[in-house]
Amino acid sequence: MSSIPLNPGAIGTGGRTRARENYLNIKHTVSSWLLTADHKRIAVLYMISISVMFLFGGVAAAGIRIALVRPHDTFFSSETYNKLFSAHGIIMVFFFLVPSIPATLGNFLLPIMIGARDLAFPRLNLLSWYLYMFGAVLVMGAIMFGGIDTGWTFYEPYSSVYSNTNVVAVIVGVFIAGFSSIATGINFLVTVHKMRAPGLTWFRLPLFVWAMYATSIIIVLGTPVVAITLLMVVLERVFGVCVFNPACGGDPILFEHLFWFYSHPAVYIMILPSMGIISEVIACFARKRIFGYEFVAFSSMAIALLGFLVWGHHMFVTGESMYSGMVFSLITFLIAVPSAIKVFNWSATLYKGNVWLTSPLIFAIGFILLFTIGGLTGLFLASLAVDVHLNMTYFVVAHFHYVMVGGAIFGYMAGLHFWWPKITGRMYPEGWAMLSAFIMFIGFNLTFFPQFILGFDGMPRRYHFYPPEFQMWNILSSAGSSVLAVGMVIPGIYFLWSLKYGAFAPNNPWGAKGLEWTIQSPPPSHNFDTVPIVTEDAYAYEAIYAAELAGDYSHVEAPIPYLSTTDKQVSVESPASPNSSEERK
Amino acid sequence: MNFPIMPQTASNYAVSIDDIYFTLVTLTVIFTGIVTLMLLVFSVRYRRGSRVSRKNPSTGNLYMELTWSIIPMLLGLWIYGWSAIPYSRIYGDPPANASEIFLIGKRWMWHFQHANSGIRENNELHLEVGKPVKVTMISQDVIHGFYVPALRLKRDCLPGRYNTVWFRPNKVGKYYLFCSEYCGTNHSEMTGYVYVMSPQDYAQWKANGGSEHLAKTETTVEIGHDLFEKYGCVQCHGDQDNVHGPTMNGIYGSTVRLANGQTLTVDDNFLRTAIINPQAQRIAGWPGVMSGFPVGSGDGQISEENLLDLISYIKSLGNVQQVDTAAAQKVTAKSATVRTSSHNASQATKGQSR
Repeated sequence: MSSIPLNPGAIGTGGRTRARENYLNIKHTVSSWLLTADHKRIAVLYMISISVMFLFGGVAAAGIRIALVRPHDTFFSSETYNKLFSAHGIIMVFFFLVPSIPATLGNFLLPIMIGARDLAFPRLNLLSWYLYMFGAVLVMGAIMFGGIDTGWTFYEPYSSVYSNTNVVAVIVGVFIAGFSSIATGINFLVTVHKMRAPGLTWFRLPLFVWAMYATSIIIVLGTPVVAITLLMVVLERVFGVCVFNPACGGDPILFEHLFWFYSHPAVYIMILPSMGIISEVIACFARKRIFGYEFVAFSSMAIALLGFLVWGHHMFVTGESMYSGMVFSLITFLIAVPSAIKVFNWSATLYKGNVWLTSPLIFAIGFILLFTIGGLTGLFLASLAVDVHLNMTYFVVAHFHYVMVGGAIFGYMAGLHFWWPKITGRMYPEGWAMLSAFIMFIGFNLTFFPQFILGFDGMPRRYHFYPPEFQMWNILSSAGSSVLAVGMVIPGIYFLWSLKYGAFAPNNPWGAKGLEWTIQSPPPSHNFDTVPIVTEDAYAYEAIYAAELAGDYSHVEAPIPYLSTTDKQVSVESPASPNSSEERK
Repeated sequence: MNFPIMPQTASNYAVSIDDIYFTLVTLTVIFTGIVTLMLLVFSVRYRRGSRVSRKNPSTGNLYMELTWSIIPMLLGLWIYGWSAIPYSRIYGDPPANASEIFLIGKRWMWHFQHANSGIRENNELHLEVGKPVKVTMISQDVIHGFYVPALRLKRDCLPGRYNTVWFRPNKVGKYYLFCSEYCGTNHSEMTGYVYVMSPQDYAQWKANGGSEHLAKTETTVEIGHDLFEKYGCVQCHGDQDNVHGPTMNGIYGSTVRLANGQTLTVDDNFLRTAIINPQAQRIAGWPGVMSGFPVGSGDGQISEENLLDLISYIKSLGNVQQVDTAAAQKVTAKSATVRTSSHNASQATKGQSR
């Protein structure tokens, strides 16, 4: 996509990147991390933070699955069970899924992909991490010391009048973390508008940037609504200001409207970034331009805009007018179209490609399959009469886990594997990565597919006790969750292992297009020595495709094995010599 | 080892909802199959190093895009229209012969009142097979969800506002009743059973006053009538318009103009607000001296149960909608105000019924 030649190593930045100064080794003090304004370091801070939060959320999920093995669980009290699923939802939604890709891979890659040296507001970016941490610490404190039992939806009037748990602390934490999202969203919007490299027109942008742009629009428009809504819950709970409590004239349905006005688009905050990653990964490993680039780009925008008009589909059974239910249902069916467009375009991209099956691609294919099931089962819930039966059952739970775990997390894993060499400068063990992708895929389906059937059978969600005839499906689901957990622990281990023992990553281990692959791994603090000039569309893989088909693989830089003889010769101080061509076969 | 794949079917909605459901399952299998095949075939056939023809690789095709946009959209619109039909029945108007049941949800139990027999029961609902019922529900505390999987029926039971749903149970049996909206600690124990009985069994159950259950022989209308006097409503809202307030005769179903200019239809929710907080909905032309009865069990307060009884009584005083067509033939639209016309109509009704 840039004027950089086909073989990036040839321009002299390749080779033993370890020895060169980069954003990781430029300074080592604690304050150089905690006070950094470098988008890459902030991305790493976020990555560590959300991984810790994911771990907490995962532990809560394990508790839920343990309780549900038996129809009348005695391991936890019902209070504890309710606190577990509330903690799971709140942590995973607000502190993992919403910030996951934008704050980590987005933060790291967005400036580099558009040829900028940082985001538009580097210090705002750092502030957003501190807001996130402040919110996270508050929420985790509230969960550890007392907990909250409202579920992640905080439905009124339960949350303001009836719950005697730490509702205020958690809501304030979520409120603060919301501003961290808003800060990131504004930063991305301004950066994409104002800081694209010369020649990088809108329709040359990588689709990941389009996805980040669409996500940012949703964040900036939606988050303030939920923030102020949650604040009103606090005002009602603490000061008795009457807004949603019907006992004093408030309207609990109004809360649901305001809550879902954000929280439905929030689903797209979670899934659009993954879609962006999938476009990058599929194009790279198929060695082709993404099929129907404009359709994929505009479908992101269509999803972002239509996503604001479907919130009422969460409320078909609440007593909203039958006719508004019909309108919301119709728009929900329409929003399925851009999602279908994306799925078919990704699949078509592989057609006549030169497909290199790597772990990022396997995660991406897993994403497409699971997202397809997740999206299509969403249509069951959009169908008015069917939703009357399925709403608030395990069918809903299964559906949104297919979208958020099968979708968002598989996408995140694809992206993490794809850009790990760029971010850390190290290669991970490919065999283990492929294995973990398969284990995750199998474990995921085993966990959540039985829940579709449970839902149709009529098992309501958020049930600690359930009728005994549902037990076998629940056992299957709990068994699957342990397989899924194994599939998630393995990457945790080999990623950490790779930081010390992984082979050094070359600049472009995948032979990928995109500005981020033209600079060294890990990138220098300022990203680009000279501002790149872009003369190509995104995904101009034609030359690589032709070269590979001709039997020439030389554009893929081989990793440099750890502790190889050549490695030892390179000292930290000496400038690296651009001899990478010798390394390649 | 029991792996149930679908719930029992026991209502007039079940078959039509299941038809849509299994059509969607089929479409899901077909589309997921197509996508899976595309991904697997392409990534194996065109894997690196395989010697297959890759002539004329394409990076976009308008006709393909249109195909995979329009076909899913048309299928979606079809399912949309199809699924809207039962939905409009479930939450639409019940048939005229539907018997009414009042449901009060509270943490963590269901309390039912049968309007026609006056029988009350907790966490159990006995119904006669084949007879349509309309359930009017309200919660005393938080939001609950009235959910009977075998009936394919769900409705949120809201505090402060009536929600209704109707259905016709069509298979004798015992079915789960669940609370579907999270309501706190014992949410998963807020369950019960719906018993659909044969006409003979139901008649016997009714004759026994609901067997061992909380029996009450008075109908809700009768209880409401007593309450109408006990709370002193009759003084201002009796048989005829009083200087302090309008008569309740025939007011149900009529359209009224409020002091603030708004026009509303008098339904269950209107009456509920009018009793609890009359100033919120003062009807134009009346002084608004009524102070209202808040929900509660104390002095000068009224329980959710009694509210439903009162409304049931007021409803029995005549429904203007039922006689409107007859009245409309005599009274032209411009001749009278809504209030007087409804009054006339109700007098006519009363004449017939007593």
